[in-house]
Amino acid sequence: MPPVLLAEASFPVIPAMVLTPLVGAVAVALLPRGRARMAQPLAVLFAVVTGAISVWILGDFDTADAGFQFVSEQGWVDALGISWFAGIDGISLFLVVLSGLLFPLAMVAVDPGHDHKAYFAWLLVLEAGCIGVFVALDLFMFFVFFEIVLVPMYFLIGKWGHEDREYAATKFFLYTMFGSALMLVGIVSLVVLHAQGADVDLTFNLVEIAETQALATNSARLIWATFALAFAVKVPMFPVHTWLPDAHTEAPTAGSVILAGVMLKMGTYGFLRFGLYLFPEASTTFAPLMITLGTIGIVYGAVVATMQRDLKRLVAYSSIAHLGFIVLGTFALNTEGIDGGLLQMVNHGISTGALFLLVGFIYERRHTREISELGGLQKSAPLLAGVFVLVMLSSIGLPGLNGFVGEFLVLVGAFNAHRWWAVIAATGVILAALYLLWAYQRVFHGRADGENETMPDLRFKEGLVLAPFVVAIVFLGVYPKPVIERMEPAVDRLVAHIETFVDDFDEPVADDGAGTGFDDIEVEEHDAEEGAADAGTPTEAAEGGAD
Amino acid sequence: MEELVWLIPALPLLGFVLLVLGGRRLGEPGAGYLATTMVAGSFIATVLVFVGLLGKDAEERLFEQTLFEWIPAGDFSVDVGFLADPLSITMALFITGISSLIHLYAIAYMHGDKDFSKFFVYMNLFVFSMLMLVLGDNLLITFLGWEGVGTCSYLLISFWFTDEANATAGKKAFVTNRVGDWGFMVATLLAFFTFGSINYGEMFSGADGMATSTATAITLLLLVGAAGKSAQFPLYLWLPDAMAGPTPVSALIHAATMVTGGVYLLTRVNPIIAEASSVAPDVIAWIGLFTALFAASIAVAQADIKKVLAYSTVSQLGFMFVAVGSGVYVAAIFHMVTHAFFKALLFLGAGSVIHGMDDEQDMEYYGGLRKFMPITAATMVVGWLAIAGVPPFSGFWSKDEILLGAYENNVVAWVLLLIAAILTAFYMSRLIFLTFFGERRWSDGDPEAHAAADEPVADDGARSFHPHEPSPLMWVPLVVLAGLALLGGLLNLPFTGDTKILEQWLEPSLFGNEHIATSGAAGKWTLAIMSIVAAVIGVIGAAAVYIRRRVDKSVVEQPILQDAWMVDDTVTSFMGGPGRKSFELVSWFDRTVIDGAVNGTAAVVRHGGLVLRRLQTGFVRSYAVGVGGGAVALLVYFLFRTTF
Repeated sequence: MPPVLLAEASFPVIPAMVLTPLVGAVAVALLPRGRARMAQPLAVLFAVVTGAISVWILGDFDTADAGFQFVSEQGWVDALGISWFAGIDGISLFLVVLSGLLFPLAMVAVDPGHDHKAYFAWLLVLEAGCIGVFVALDLFMFFVFFEIVLVPMYFLIGKWGHEDREYAATKFFLYTMFGSALMLVGIVSLVVLHAQGADVDLTFNLVEIAETQALATNSARLIWATFALAFAVKVPMFPVHTWLPDAHTEAPTAGSVILAGVMLKMGTYGFLRFGLYLFPEASTTFAPLMITLGTIGIVYGAVVATMQRDLKRLVAYSSIAHLGFIVLGTFALNTEGIDGGLLQMVNHGISTGALFLLVGFIYERRHTREISELGGLQKSAPLLAGVFVLVMLSSIGLPGLNGFVGEFLVLVGAFNAHRWWAVIAATGVILAALYLLWAYQRVFHGRADGENETMPDLRFKEGLVLAPFVVAIVFLGVYPKPVIERMEPAVDRLVAHIETFVDDFDEPVADDGAGTGFDDIEVEEHDAEEGAADAGTPTEAAEGGAD
Repeated sequence: MEELVWLIPALPLLGFVLLVLGGRRLGEPGAGYLATTMVAGSFIATVLVFVGLLGKDAEERLFEQTLFEWIPAGDFSVDVGFLADPLSITMALFITGISSLIHLYAIAYMHGDKDFSKFFVYMNLFVFSMLMLVLGDNLLITFLGWEGVGTCSYLLISFWFTDEANATAGKKAFVTNRVGDWGFMVATLLAFFTFGSINYGEMFSGADGMATSTATAITLLLLVGAAGKSAQFPLYLWLPDAMAGPTPVSALIHAATMVTGGVYLLTRVNPIIAEASSVAPDVIAWIGLFTALFAASIAVAQADIKKVLAYSTVSQLGFMFVAVGSGVYVAAIFHMVTHAFFKALLFLGAGSVIHGMDDEQDMEYYGGLRKFMPITAATMVVGWLAIAGVPPFSGFWSKDEILLGAYENNVVAWVLLLIAAILTAFYMSRLIFLTFFGERRWSDGDPEAHAAADEPVADDGARSFHPHEPSPLMWVPLVVLAGLALLGGLLNLPFTGDTKILEQWLEPSLFGNEHIATSGAAGKWTLAIMSIVAAVIGVIGAAAVYIRRRVDKSVVEQPILQDAWMVDDTVTSFMGGPGRKSFELVSWFDRTVIDGAVNGTAAVVRHGGLVLRRLQTGFVRSYAVGVGGGAVALLVYFLFRTTF
């Protein structure tokens, strides 16, 4: 077993990233009542500092290193083997950066209307929690962060949301809470059984447990199920998704942006870090089930999205479809699929985040999300319409924009693993065009009347908030290589990890031996690569014959 | 000079970027001229690359250029790279050439539109995408262009978005094309799975000896994509509606360039079709054949001048599919080029008529216009004779090649295609006669003038037509295109090997997969004469109905043809009826069953809580029983566990 690289950081950037927003939250909460107007600038300041740290991490990240970097470790409850143990690898890197950048933008974009202090304090707490989830390498610490984010989000929805906010907030809290309650049982059993199996002291150290694999197959599968339920609810996957449309619809704009952009990724990230890594055997065993649910989610989410009358609900259901792609890619269990899933996590955060911002801007002006109340907005707000078109096309998966790269890689990976599922999932591209273009037509095309006719276009500040999204959408679509490059070593290591610990598992790869006409040198090179990747197991690649 | 290939798409892209940033400030006509300059520059770059390739030996006319790695992930890797070979450069030449002319035309046509600069933003983006489609050196770059042109098509069809019908047409075009794109995507996935690469060069060198079933599957999946983009049955439905866009768009995108994307794609992958079972090319040919006949029959009865041209385009694309399916790729490309000339000409001419007739598109209101618009009339007559297949106009030569290929493939196909050719000559003659000849069915006054044909009606100011020749910006492109439509046949005259310029030029791109005609000279002459006879029958037939009035037009213009065989209506009512119902059912299921289960559980828990509260008796004894029981249960469990 190759030792996992744990590169220590010269400066404790990870604690700084988690603590900065927390300190900010306290500072905002302590503002004297008369200075409540200072809450937003102060909060934004702390969020920007956090964002800057995330950018610094991105710059300092060692591309070739497949292990964890910037590792910080600190004893906590030694008797139980619980510690503060955090690090970032290619799998979590961009989620950390995404969180770091989305929060300040969401804070600037929309004014909550009332109780500014509490609103911004909760947002900062939420940010700390989100980042904590993505950097935690200790199971206990992970669980704490995973649960703690529910609290600020509960208040954000319940206090600053729309009409049905209390119902939605309660549903959100209880649903996801029940989902993860069993995970705590799972974590404790895992730690105990690991200590027994490996004959070591209790430890919650993820890396140690994952690299030892001391559990019996059946126990691992059971415990995997407790994790999987928690993540499936969080993603959310069909059929445990119905909290999402309510939460998304009723949440204030910033809440929707963060929910879609960052919080849903906790589930899909969880599957990679605490599913595939911790339980390679169980993950391969249940992969067909997960792929099936993912594919159902793609088609089902899109079909239901088509029939929505509320713009935010429509975007919420489109999220279910998009996240179905991520699940599909993850459980394709090959580099292309997981790369694609990871990219899709980032891209969905950008595109759907931007969509929620745009819908929020429309809501601020028209005080409605009903599609039928809107119409002809392209005439009164051409700039807003233009940005909407770009974001929509990215969400539809137009090549050249960010959404395509992730989706296509997911399909490549899925096709190599389970081709018929990929064929069905690809129909998602038809449906995505259907529901988004139809919605666009009803909202932006046609003749504008009444308030629609006089709706003001984007303000300068709003344009400024959207600009980074636009840049990211185009850049990641045209040149995703820098992102993939940083993800891939960690993804490769994850796939190799599964291959090491699951006897009869080989990465599903292309059957590219069919071309007998390739000249010899190329074929040899290819076989050499294949051999290395498969750690000496015989490959089918050289067998020839496409079917 | 082949190294300049990147410049071909780069210039329109630059135009697009500049216009996005400063188009509004440039305004009219500056934005139009900037866009036109960029496309013209792209044409010059194409010519330079063309000259560069010409300077090489035939077998070395292949130049690959990689700009950067686009998506490298695992074993999958795809570059932003270009392939300059005879096929792609032929495409690029006529695309940039015709685009330049149409851009110029559009400066005048779009005069006064409040979104003038935005129009050229989309147009330049379109040209860029179209060039990526044909120049890409792998399936995914082609797909990038493929989707790009589809998007621009959507944006331009719904350009005048305040009209609900335009918006619907744009959406329909995009969604229908997406059905085809599904096929393209799955084909790409299968190609990568099979070859480990989707680069054309690597795919083709691996194609030799690949499994027949795989080659067949890839071909048929690409055919799904091609049928969407090139408007073949049953995915043609979007194209007639796409006429909602401004006429230069119809000419450029929905006649000359984008819709030929499918034919290009199938021609490009000819080494894979060669490995496929013979079923695959047969399916291509029969779909093309059916579409050619079907659309031509509809074109006969349409009243809207642009609808006639739209169905005509669908039908002509069907001819090209027949050519591809019959293995005469050169004929397909030849007809694609000549069709681009004469169909762009006809559309622009129609635009000129529409422009002169106050945006009226119903030919019932036309008649006798040749006296008022002589240049438009003369150039459109050239286009008419070309598409009808009258020698020596270009269409004759290319259509004849297709008919020859079809004949050698399957005589029945040839007969049916000949009927389609007769119909083609008929409906185009009808269009020309109704528009430019016969009596005036319009007046400078009353819209109902056509009811009382010859009697002049007093000008009541309600609706008056003042047909006039457009500005030189509009008619100069017409004249140039008329010249090309007349002389285009010179590209590939069938007399000797030396006059088959296009066939020789394209040879390296076809890897010997081109079907070489086996018929002798006598046979070829007979076929050629038959096709001339077909053209003449069509023209005379139309003259009998629309000029001599020997036959009443109601005999020809059957209601079922006017309604396009009810296919569109059927599909639309299916989508709006059962299709929508089923979507609503799923949505209902989500609300009531899935979410209902959640809320139901919550309700049960809430009520259950009221019951369970009684367990909280406050008696320590009863708690102790609970704790004890639990402990025993746990103990049993762990004892049981350790036996594992």
